[in-house]
Amino acid sequence: MSSTSVVPETFDCRQAFVAELSALAREDPRIVAVCNDSVGSSNLVGFAAEFPDRMVNVGIAEQNMVGVAAGLANGGYIPFVCAAAPFLTGRATEQIKSDIAYNGYHVVLCGMSPGVAYGELGPTHHSIEDLSWMRAISDLLIVVPADPQQTRDVVRWAAQSDKPSYLRIGRVKVPAVTPVDAPFELGKALQLRDGGDVTLVATGVMVSRALEAADVLAAGGISARVLNMTTIVPLDEAAIVRAAVETKRIVTIEEARTTGGLGAAVAAVVVQAQPVPMRILGVAGFAPTGKAEFLYEYFGLTADGIAGAARELFA
Amino acid sequence: MIDRRASALKKTKRGTDVTENISVAETAVSHGIGLRPDEDAAARRLRLAAAARHIRRSILTTIGTAKLGHVGGDLSVTDILTTLFFAVLRYDPRDPANPARDRFILSKGHCSVALYSTLALAGFISESLLPTFAEPLSPLNGHPNRRKVPGVESNTGPLGHGLPVGVGCAIAARLAGADWCTYVVLGDGELQEGSNWEAAMAAGHRKLSNLTAIVDRNRLQQGAATEDTNALEPLADKWRSFGWDTVEIDGHDYDALYTAIAAGGRERPRCIIANTHKGHGVSFMTDGVQWHHKVPSPAQIEAALVEIGG
Repeated sequence: MSSTSVVPETFDCRQAFVAELSALAREDPRIVAVCNDSVGSSNLVGFAAEFPDRMVNVGIAEQNMVGVAAGLANGGYIPFVCAAAPFLTGRATEQIKSDIAYNGYHVVLCGMSPGVAYGELGPTHHSIEDLSWMRAISDLLIVVPADPQQTRDVVRWAAQSDKPSYLRIGRVKVPAVTPVDAPFELGKALQLRDGGDVTLVATGVMVSRALEAADVLAAGGISARVLNMTTIVPLDEAAIVRAAVETKRIVTIEEARTTGGLGAAVAAVVVQAQPVPMRILGVAGFAPTGKAEFLYEYFGLTADGIAGAARELFA
Repeated sequence: MIDRRASALKKTKRGTDVTENISVAETAVSHGIGLRPDEDAAARRLRLAAAARHIRRSILTTIGTAKLGHVGGDLSVTDILTTLFFAVLRYDPRDPANPARDRFILSKGHCSVALYSTLALAGFISESLLPTFAEPLSPLNGHPNRRKVPGVESNTGPLGHGLPVGVGCAIAARLAGADWCTYVVLGDGELQEGSNWEAAMAAGHRKLSNLTAIVDRNRLQQGAATEDTNALEPLADKWRSFGWDTVEIDGHDYDALYTAIAAGGRERPRCIIANTHKGHGVSFMTDGVQWHHKVPSPAQIEAALVEIGG
């Protein structure tokens, strides 16, 4: 860690999410929230109080929840489906594929508390497969905001886009990492720090950790570029190729399985366009018991862990 | 209820008669204007029988040409589709996305040829498209695609998907204060999918009186009788216990279908268990489990067309 750093304020992105969703709902009567008994865990209590008719709680029934969202879209509404990410993406995968993506309905799927946010509740409640599963579905945009500012931007974008999308909305507290003058742009990586020796490509909760890792590397004389890859689909291939050409080494960091998420997506670009050495960091398997913070350390998803992986590329 | 719907139609000026597009010239097929309580039952019966005959002929020739399809279930669901499209639903085939249209979802999407044949007769697609069914790049996929075929509300095929979407449509209409209704036709075999019961529970809980589910109860699934595979009975009791007004009728009787669908005074979602026969209308296919997706030979198509008549 940088010796000059102070402990920054951190935020639960669900608060920014629901604040923006409520603001949108005030502007646009087509906005509805759909959930699976998850009013509390999706932080929707305020939304439900303000828009009781537009809070469609179908109970603990994820397949029906996603099908209902498709029907609401058919009927002219813009549904934000808010449910714990593991159950939304796992239980209703075929509904997401057929009813939402293949139909082409403008439905915003909001995977709440993704990754290992549910910590000691264990792998049943972790959502580390969602990026792999959702990436496998055609015509589904995937966006992972990294902080409250991006969360607000992404929610607003999702309401205005006419495409099906999957958003990951974190509950693990994160610091603000996005410059105020850097609005979210679909399919564009946000370069948070330039560097010439290695590029750290991170998404979601991992972005602030990548920035800390860049500090650690700088202290050792390695200049690291940091990209916030907010959009997983469509991927900013140009930024990745530029990173491969200019820094010759890439590390990806995500709070997800390494087999089919951000790292796999970046690797597919790198290996076809500009092969360079890579390290793909993420959650390598079913997690042991522990809080999210412990699990990040366990899987090497810390400033030191990321910096260590980057150094391996110089061996 | 019927009166309210009739007045709403006048207001929206929907339900354009597209009789001129129909090749069954000898029958007075006019449609898309919703319930017509003033129509004489005998006249309606005659009209629907003629339309169903035309659709059954389309199904047989389309499957004969493509050498692919689910002829047994297509023929069991034909009279249900005919009654819906030519005596119940409000739509305008020249404006298929009209927000005020009634919604129809064929959950048993494998019976796409029955749907395509019905949509052609209703004027949504050209009848000349039917021979392209399942050909490379045809809009008429093995299972229907709303992005390619007007009149299709949701892409079905994987079973157990239609009713949840229909529940969402019904909630949307209620939220909007709109009077359009949602109809979902389900196969009986697909009721073994749990997602249907999630949806049934939600519709019952919300008392979605603007939603009708019609079960094509031909008692056969792909390889055997439903009751020998994973029994559905007592099926009506199941729907009733989920909060649905439920009736059982003969699914090949146009009067019974029309009466059951049009019945007013509703406070809850309605389930119509339409007892049907797989392969109905063709003696050598009727109730034969092998005709789930067996393709008839040219000679069998000829024999079947003779039986259908028209």
